[in-house]
Amino acid sequence: MKLSGAQIVVKILKEEGVDVVFGYPGGVLIPLYDVLYDADIKHILPRHEQAGAHAADGYARASGKVGVCIGTSGPGATNLVTGIATAYMDSIPIVAITGQVQTSLIGGDAFQESDITGITRPITKHNYLVKDVQDLPRILKEAFHIARTGRPGPVLVDLPKDVSVATLDYDPQQFEEIKIKGYKPTYKGHFGQINRAVELINKSKKPIIYAGGGVILSSAAEELFKFAKIINAPVTTTLMGLGGFPETDDLSVGMLGMHGTYYANMSITESDLIIAIGTRFDDRVTGKIEEFAPNATIIHIDIDPAAISKNVRVDIPIVGDVKIVLTDMLKNLKQLEHKDWLKKIDEWKKFCPMQYKQDQNGPLKPQYIIEQISKVTNGNAVITTEVGQNQMWAAQFYKFTKPRNFISSGGLGTMGYGLPAAIGAKFARPNDVVIDIAGDGSIQMNIQELATLRTHNIPVIIALLNNNYLGMVRQWQELFFNRRYSATDLCKNPDFVKVANAYDIKAKKVTKPDEVENAIKEAIKSNEPYLLDFIIDREENVYPMVPAGAPICKMLTGGK
Amino acid sequence: MQHLISVTVENRFGVLARISGLFAGRGYNIGSLAVNATENLDVSTIILTVTGDDKVIEQVIKQLNRLIDVIKVVDLTEKENVSRELMLIKVSAEPAGRRSEIFQLCEVFRTKVVGITQKNLIIELTGAASKIEAFIEIMRPYGIIELVRTGIIAIARN
Repeated sequence: MKLSGAQIVVKILKEEGVDVVFGYPGGVLIPLYDVLYDADIKHILPRHEQAGAHAADGYARASGKVGVCIGTSGPGATNLVTGIATAYMDSIPIVAITGQVQTSLIGGDAFQESDITGITRPITKHNYLVKDVQDLPRILKEAFHIARTGRPGPVLVDLPKDVSVATLDYDPQQFEEIKIKGYKPTYKGHFGQINRAVELINKSKKPIIYAGGGVILSSAAEELFKFAKIINAPVTTTLMGLGGFPETDDLSVGMLGMHGTYYANMSITESDLIIAIGTRFDDRVTGKIEEFAPNATIIHIDIDPAAISKNVRVDIPIVGDVKIVLTDMLKNLKQLEHKDWLKKIDEWKKFCPMQYKQDQNGPLKPQYIIEQISKVTNGNAVITTEVGQNQMWAAQFYKFTKPRNFISSGGLGTMGYGLPAAIGAKFARPNDVVIDIAGDGSIQMNIQELATLRTHNIPVIIALLNNNYLGMVRQWQELFFNRRYSATDLCKNPDFVKVANAYDIKAKKVTKPDEVENAIKEAIKSNEPYLLDFIIDREENVYPMVPAGAPICKMLTGGK
Repeated sequence: MQHLISVTVENRFGVLARISGLFAGRGYNIGSLAVNATENLDVSTIILTVTGDDKVIEQVIKQLNRLIDVIKVVDLTEKENVSRELMLIKVSAEPAGRRSEIFQLCEVFRTKVVGITQKNLIIELTGAASKIEAFIEIMRPYGIIELVRTGIIAIARN
C-alpha cells in the first residue's frame, strides 16, 4: 500500500498503541496535521510546545506507556527542549516528533530551521533525522522501542517536510522485528551477584532499602513490598520513588535526602547494608558524599550499568531490570527479623516526626493543605507538582501508597511542569482525581495551559500554594544569605482567581484552615477544571533540611 | 593514566558528534582521535585516547556503551596491542649542509622524505607515539616549520 510519510507516521503511532498526542502545528507539519485531522488519535493542542512535551511526559508517568508530543521546525522544536530534558533526567519514555525544513534546505539557515537533533543530542536517549522516507518506518519503530525498553528515556524524530509527503510502499510485517546492534539492555541479573547479595542480606544487622524511580519504571512495587516484608528492612524512597512502597506501612521511613525525614536520613547513616534499587545516588540524596552511610556495604540494582558506582562506590552491583532481579532474589530469601534495628528506627520516628503546627485562626500552613488533600483523596489521587517548596511539601505530607501517583520533575527540577503534566496524567487516568500542587512562581511558567484545560474540559485541579514568593530560593536566602531576598518577592502577582475566571475556569480563594477540606471536596465534585488559590503563611519553610554540602545526618529541623 | 580506547560504531552521520559531545558534556578530555570505516562499510572504528583515573575511565566506557550507535567498546590499554600514528613534519633545511644531516637521522628512524624544496624537507613518519615524540625532539633544533599528526590507531593482538 502506497502511503505518504505523514500517513506512515500516523499508522505507526496507531500500531504502537498511541491514543493521544500533544502537539502544536506549524508550516512544515501541515501534511502531518492533514492526516491527523481525521485519524483515530486524540490530538491535544497545548498553548506552548514545552507544555506539550510535559503533557506527554505526565501521560507516560501516569500510564507506563510512551507519551508522544509534536512540535514544528525551529522554535516549535526548541520549545520542546526543556520538556525533553525533563523526561531525560527522570528516564521517562516519550517520543518527540519535530517538523524540519525540507532536506534540500537543511544547513542553509532556512526559515524556521534549527538543528534540533544537534541541540537535543545530550538530552535524548537517542534521536534521528529522517533523510529518506525509506528509513521512516524503521526509525519510528526503533524510536518507540528505544524509548520504552532498558532504562527508558526520550527519543526525538526529526521529520523534514519533503519526507512527510514522499510516498512508500509500507508493509508493517517488514518492520516487526527490531534489530539494533548497539542496543541490548540487560534484564536478568547475574546469578552469582544475586547470591552474594542474598548472603550479605542474611548477615546484615541493620539493613535498609533505598528505592528510587526504577521501581516505578519497572512496575516492581509489588515485588519490592514482598522483598521488604521478607527481610524486614525499613524502606526509604527517593522523590522519584514515592509510591513505590506504601508510606502507610510500618517499614516505611518516607523520603530521604535534602528534605527527607529525620528518621530516613538517620537510618541510612547508621545502616550496615544499603540495598539500593533503581536509583542513582543523586547529590540531593547523598548530601556530603564522603560522609554518606559510612558503615554500610552497598548492593545496587539498576538496569543502567553507568548508574552503578558513578557517585558512590558500590560493593555488589547487579545490572538488570528491578522487577526481574527482585523476583529472582525472592526465590532465595528467608524470613528475617531485625527487631532491635526496627525498634531503634521507631525511636527516631518518635524523636523527630514530620510535623507542623496549624493554628485554627492563624495563616494557612501548606503542610496542612497537603494533608487535607491526602485525606480527602484517601491517598489515591494522581499528584503532580511544580518545583520548589510546593514540590517538597507535597512529597513530605501526601501519603503515597501506590506507584505512578506522584508525578514530579525530580532530576531537572523544571518549574512549570506540574500543570501540563497533570493534563497528560488525566488523559492516561481519566477516572482518577488529578491534582497539580502548584506554587505561584511555577504556575506562571505555563499558566497559558488553563486554555487547554478549558478547551478540552480536562478536570484537573490546581492547588496553588500561594505565598507571593519564589519560596525555595527565598528560604535559602533566609537561612544562608542573611534574609537578602534578591529577586524572590513576587509582590505584583496577578489575582489568580480572576486569571482562572478569564479562561472560564472556576476558582476559589481559600484563606482559612476550616475552609480547606470543603474547598477540595467541592473542586473534586465539580468534575471540571478548578483552581484553588490557597493563601499560605508567607515565610513558612520546608523542614527538615540538609544544607548544601552537609552530611545528611546533619539536618536543620526549624527548631521543632 | 592515559587509556587507549577502541569504539566500534554504526557508520552513520552524527555518530562522531555524539561521541565528542558526550566527552565535552561530561568533562572528559579526548587526547587524540582517529576514525574511519572498517572492512564492513556499515561499521566504523574510532580509536581515542583519554586520560583519567580508574573511576573516570570506567564511566567513559559505560557512557560510550549507552550510546545506541556504539556497538562495542574495548579498552586496548589492558590488552597487548599494536599501535601506530602517522606524522608529517616540515623541517627547515637551512643553512646549506643541514639537509644531509637530517637525511641521516631520517634513516635511523626509518622515515620517508616525501617533499623537498630549497628551504625545507617534509618527512613522513609512522610508529608508536613514543617514536614520533622522540623524532620531534631530534628535529626541534633544526627548526620545525609545521607538524601534523593523526590520532593513534591500534589493534589488539588477540
